[in-house]
Amino acid sequence: MRQVAIVGVGYSGFRSITPDLSYKELMYEAAAKAYEDAGVDPRRDVESFVSVAEDFNEGTSIFDEYVPDQIGGVLKPVHTIAGDGIHGLIAAYMQVLTGAMDIVMVEAHSKASNVLTLSDVVAYAMDPVYNRPLRANPLFIAGMEMNRYLYKTGTTEEQCAQVVVKNRANGFLNPSAAYGASLSLDAVLSSEPLSHPLKRLEVSSHADGAIVMVLASGDVAQELSALPIWIMGVGWCNETPSLETRDWESATYARNSARMAYRLAGIRNPRLEIDFAEVDDTFAYKELQHMEALGLCREGEAGLLVEEGTTELDGELPLNPSGGSLGVGHLLDASGLARVLEVVLQLRGEAGQRQLEDVETGLAFGWRSIPTTSGAAVVLSI
Amino acid sequence: MSANVENFPGTPLSQADFDEGKILTTHWKPKLEYGWDAGVAISRYLAELKNGRIIGIKCSRCRSTVVPPRVVCEWCWEPMDDWVYLKDTGTVNTFSICYIRWDASRAKEPQIPAVIEIDGASKGAGILHLLDEVNADDVTIGMKVQAVWKPADERTGAITDIRYFKPT
Repeated sequence: MRQVAIVGVGYSGFRSITPDLSYKELMYEAAAKAYEDAGVDPRRDVESFVSVAEDFNEGTSIFDEYVPDQIGGVLKPVHTIAGDGIHGLIAAYMQVLTGAMDIVMVEAHSKASNVLTLSDVVAYAMDPVYNRPLRANPLFIAGMEMNRYLYKTGTTEEQCAQVVVKNRANGFLNPSAAYGASLSLDAVLSSEPLSHPLKRLEVSSHADGAIVMVLASGDVAQELSALPIWIMGVGWCNETPSLETRDWESATYARNSARMAYRLAGIRNPRLEIDFAEVDDTFAYKELQHMEALGLCREGEAGLLVEEGTTELDGELPLNPSGGSLGVGHLLDASGLARVLEVVLQLRGEAGQRQLEDVETGLAFGWRSIPTTSGAAVVLSI
Repeated sequence: MSANVENFPGTPLSQADFDEGKILTTHWKPKLEYGWDAGVAISRYLAELKNGRIIGIKCSRCRSTVVPPRVVCEWCWEPMDDWVYLKDTGTVNTFSICYIRWDASRAKEPQIPAVIEIDGASKGAGILHLLDEVNADDVTIGMKVQAVWKPADERTGAITDIRYFKPT
């Protein structure tokens, strides 16, 4: 199989609001930086363009019409994926795998601040016939899942809150994070309940931003970059959409996504072979649940590990050194690509104050948030 | 037509079946509101419309002048910041005479949407607007037109600050 590497990254943001730039200008800024980083000219070198967008988040139908000009893709192959940013990355990866393309870009963005009825948009993801008419705020889904996860594994509310303390603190060391903060465990635990047992500070806040990555095939990647970041394996999985019959305990979609990615990457023991991970933490308990599902620890063990500091920057298995969605800000469907971005920066040794030592292989995992069971994973190595 | 049609003619539906609730459907009226940040290029464009002027932008590499303005040339990827005031006159590139309204109902008086190549912009660069003060039968491709502006105190910084274009 062909080798594929990430040879350029660029990003714009991440801030709670970005009134200075239109979404097109936000995407342009990220794209211009990524092309500069990769040393490519989009008009001459980039053969295909993948954009990640969901029409309801954009406010325009058929959003792919609003994409090509600001990423340099006019008169070239362009398409849009309604999925997580990692789904988009995988689409770009597969285009290179076909052999038809050598250089492909992927873009994902969030202009969450421009969606004035964002909670309604989230609600429209629920089944319109037998769920939505109950008119309960969809956050109850996270509350129900957290409740069942704690019940099943014995994980405590304190351990979930510790994830918030860790990730917001990591955000402080990340200049592009919107929500870095020094919080006490008590502050998290005493923040008001949103949907029991989920508390306000355990829910990531939205941010605006755009992320672009340039992918290239083996030889081309070696020519373009002194340090290509190789895509070793990818995986994705959707569980049942039904709230009535899904697995509320253990994020099976994450387990299956990771299994596929590990199989392709030849990883037999992720606990030993993955040096660090960026995993979805849209809600604090999700980092723990995903950590277990991704095989980074045993079921029911994640809470203890966060409590012991294993997942901190200087721990044995750092998790979300970027700050995750809790620290960086939730970037709608760009969130998964933000996870990948941090893995790339860490593997390149470009993560500044939060740089991890001796990391060679990292995992990124994205989830499309409530009410979905839609996940995607990628394993990256130097 | 299949011979089975006679044996299995189906069950016809009428509007009354829907009205009487015999056919079950679920209705939902979406609440979708957006406030798009105009950004660098379009903010200036809208601000100049409020001033009663059309502004475009010129690419220093391929020399094309486009309107509405943008921060990057879509043809050669050059950053653009060479602002150019354009005239409020132009030439009809293409048009249609539209007898259905925005909500798909039938219109007695047609709307005439047109792409108008603005004088001072490059060939093929124009803005989409409406034509009026003209008999629909008299509109032609290549016709010279001019903007009809709202009075200054009614302009808000929107494309509708130009009411329509009319023949010069």
